[in-house]
Amino acid sequence: MKASVIVFPGSNCDRDIKISLQKFGIKTSMVWHADAKLPKSDLVVLPGGFSYGDYLRCGSIASKSRIMKEVINHSKKGGLVMGICNGFQVLVESGLLPGVLIRNINLKFICRNITVKVTNNKTNFTSKAKRNSVLEIPIAHNEGNYFASKDLIGQLEDNNQIVLQYCDATGNINEQSNPNGSMKNIAGIINKKGNVFGLMPHPERAADSLLGGIDGSLIFKSLK
Amino acid sequence: MQEVNQELAIKHGLTVGEYNKIIELMGRNPNLVELGIFSAMWNEHCSYKSSRIWLQTLPTKNKYVIQGPGENAGVVDFGDGDVVIFKIESHNHPSYIEPYQGAATGVGGILRDVFTMGARPVANLNSIRFGSPSHEKTKYLLNGVVSGIGGYGNCIGVPTVGGETEFDECYNGNILVNAMNVGIAKKNKVFYSIASGVGNPVVYVGSKTGRDGIHGATMASAEFDEDSESKKPTVQVGDPFTEKLLLEACLELMQKKSIVSIQDMGAAGLTSSSIEMASKGDLGIKINLNLIPCRENNMTPYEIMLSESQERMLIVLKKGKENEAKKIFEKWGLDFAIIGRLTNTKKLELEYNKKIVCSIPIHSLGDNAPKYKREYITYNYPKSINHNSEIDKLDIKDSLLKILSHPNYSNKSWVWEQYDHMVMTDTIQKPGGDSAVVRYHGKNKGIAATVDCVPRYCKAHPKSGAMQAVCETWRNLISVGAQPIAITNCLNFGNPEKKEIMGQFVDSINGMKEACEALDYPVISGNVSLYNETNSVAIYPTPTIGGVGLLKNINNMMTYNFKDSENIIAVIGETSGHLSQSALIYDIIGNKEGPPPQINLKEEKKNGLFVSELIKNKLVNAVHDISHGGIIVTLAEMCMASNIGAKIKVSGSNTDKIKYLFSEDQARYLVEISKKNLEKIKKISATKNIKIDFIGKTQSEIFEIENNLRISVKELKTNNESWFKNYNKS
Repeated sequence: MKASVIVFPGSNCDRDIKISLQKFGIKTSMVWHADAKLPKSDLVVLPGGFSYGDYLRCGSIASKSRIMKEVINHSKKGGLVMGICNGFQVLVESGLLPGVLIRNINLKFICRNITVKVTNNKTNFTSKAKRNSVLEIPIAHNEGNYFASKDLIGQLEDNNQIVLQYCDATGNINEQSNPNGSMKNIAGIINKKGNVFGLMPHPERAADSLLGGIDGSLIFKSLK
Repeated sequence: MQEVNQELAIKHGLTVGEYNKIIELMGRNPNLVELGIFSAMWNEHCSYKSSRIWLQTLPTKNKYVIQGPGENAGVVDFGDGDVVIFKIESHNHPSYIEPYQGAATGVGGILRDVFTMGARPVANLNSIRFGSPSHEKTKYLLNGVVSGIGGYGNCIGVPTVGGETEFDECYNGNILVNAMNVGIAKKNKVFYSIASGVGNPVVYVGSKTGRDGIHGATMASAEFDEDSESKKPTVQVGDPFTEKLLLEACLELMQKKSIVSIQDMGAAGLTSSSIEMASKGDLGIKINLNLIPCRENNMTPYEIMLSESQERMLIVLKKGKENEAKKIFEKWGLDFAIIGRLTNTKKLELEYNKKIVCSIPIHSLGDNAPKYKREYITYNYPKSINHNSEIDKLDIKDSLLKILSHPNYSNKSWVWEQYDHMVMTDTIQKPGGDSAVVRYHGKNKGIAATVDCVPRYCKAHPKSGAMQAVCETWRNLISVGAQPIAITNCLNFGNPEKKEIMGQFVDSINGMKEACEALDYPVISGNVSLYNETNSVAIYPTPTIGGVGLLKNINNMMTYNFKDSENIIAVIGETSGHLSQSALIYDIIGNKEGPPPQINLKEEKKNGLFVSELIKNKLVNAVHDISHGGIIVTLAEMCMASNIGAKIKVSGSNTDKIKYLFSEDQARYLVEISKKNLEKIKKISATKNIKIDFIGKTQSEIFEIENNLRISVKELKTNNESWFKNYNKS
């Protein structure tokens, strides 16, 4: 598998995700936001960070950058796209994923390990995780509170598009285990077609036992 | 241009004597631009005029030091052609006026100091101190400073991995925000600020220059101009996004061979950066101010030279490398302007609208800057106090819970969870432990870093307090398995013109000197922040120390959480029962009299090296330095970090027990030992003449002192974790 990591000005998890992808044998090239062409890739990753300083709205300016036209084309052709944290924000801003990500309910940046339940493992991104298994992966964001209309949430549920949900250590999905106020404890969703995945947790921060956990590895293993 | 006279000079913060010296050095009256430049260079912040003669006495060398004080940051050798570059700096005054921007630009400034030298910043730390929690401004300042530090560090993508957050009413009118940064570089790719090569182009890169922060390093200038609104200095505004671009652009340019020297525009902006570079190279510099990228129209030479707009750098390039450099900065969307040349005149010459608006001999700004040997007093070690009547009826459990739920000793995750401490995926020891540890990127070694000071000790006896601060960082580095290498210091004091304050400063320097020498642990960078006073009330002397250590093998990293039950718990080091200035007596009983714990540097070194050896030989499972709250609080912290209980035995009367459990005697560690290693440890400690008390063992879930108290670790945690959440709820 070949991956391209898009580097926007202000991306800051680009190197981290590259290291993880390579660790799992995925050939990775870095693509500058102003480039006109995407190298031949099976997977495009939009990394975490503060693209364009989060000015205007998180992910908004990046969603209009030159390379995003190519990324959108890539997704139309069925290519895989994964957006992590700020990358997820770019995906909702560009319309590749539905809904919006608003400020955390406590109005503070939150960086800590949380647990998520894999509610859908029939995706290209989670196939190596057991259904309803609990993964410990860090989050680090200020705007990760997933919000959508009731109808849209209904559709996401009907189409099995909710992939990861915040839960407690034993897998209960409830208010106490929701770090940021997301509707339905949503931590990650996929598009209807199943090739575009957005998630707030950082799997690249949980793929090395020295960093305190390797649950994020399952996502990289699924990609292979 | 406004007429320059003595009165105007005084309004610029200069003394009559200093003004006369300017006239003498210039051989004429300065004009307004020149006066502004002198005032910016000669203020305390830039000139270190009160502190310099004392700072020069500090040890600055050991076999690891490549660059000591005098550069943007210090450099130490980390082996294999790698270096670590670090420094700490204060941003106290601006943070009190505007906590978010003040703290944010403090982080931005220290980051620039480190990447200016060619390093990629890999860790942020900070020490923040606020007034009493009940003071009306404290909650606002705490929230503003914490979000400001997070706002900058999180966005630029450098993890904030450690620090301290404390409250004391002595900071009611002057909070402290000390920010430290650590970066990594290749030994043969370190960049310095010394300029060379007459005719070489001087280049301005980064953000545009605005009117923010004019005279930030001197004083409010509103009084000396009728048109005050337009010249009113404001706190600088930080833009971490631009700094991220500047960081990447600078590091990209540094891969090429085009830079002669580079200097960030920090305090006193373009003035100090241009003068510093030229002065170090014994050259002159000529700048055309019309070429400076400005954010606002009609900025005067005075404003341009004194602006403290953030995210700007000054670079001397090799001739002919202009286009190569320009391309890089354009790619990152940053301003790039060739604004002048190095000259052989040894003067700072500024041109504006085709006229020379400033011509100052550079040596008069630096070498001839005032240096004062201010009057000072010396503090004796206070007489000891008998605390028996205060403690004989104290309940141990109640006292423990009071300390654990006290703002200063509460769990600080409310603070550090607002900081991205994991970005760059090298943070192998997160905040909360004795030191933070980041893996040296791509290598098997690690960098340990910590920031410490106990201001109540420093107030009680400045010399011992400063020694203790140095020792505590040393101990914290030892505790994670690192070899302490060097320190950076941030010296926060009141008004040095008062001999009591100057005495605190001098004694602190002397204490620091002794400790650094004894531990072969030199000062390689730092910053002095004086005049931390409001209505003549000074803060406690606060010499914050940032320590950095080398962890040779990251697989030998030590942590403070207990690993298993049924293991042995031991105290390394002598417990004499010193209670004055302890958390118990100072914060819980409220008695602020008496001496701080004595520092014995020989014991410190001996015990530290012993613990190092135990860690290296894998003879201990957990190590925690015994600091605030003594053995009992240290033990509780080890339990809470692991959800493992402990059962210890203490003998004697209630008074004896309290002295043993809560005393803050120095040079001590609490360790967890597997039974199989016990005999070995006994043997080594006997040969090395180390005092070691085996006080009990780990057990499941319950924290217990035999025949005294039993409490679940869960309850300890509830007490320890609620203060910040409750305080910030309302």
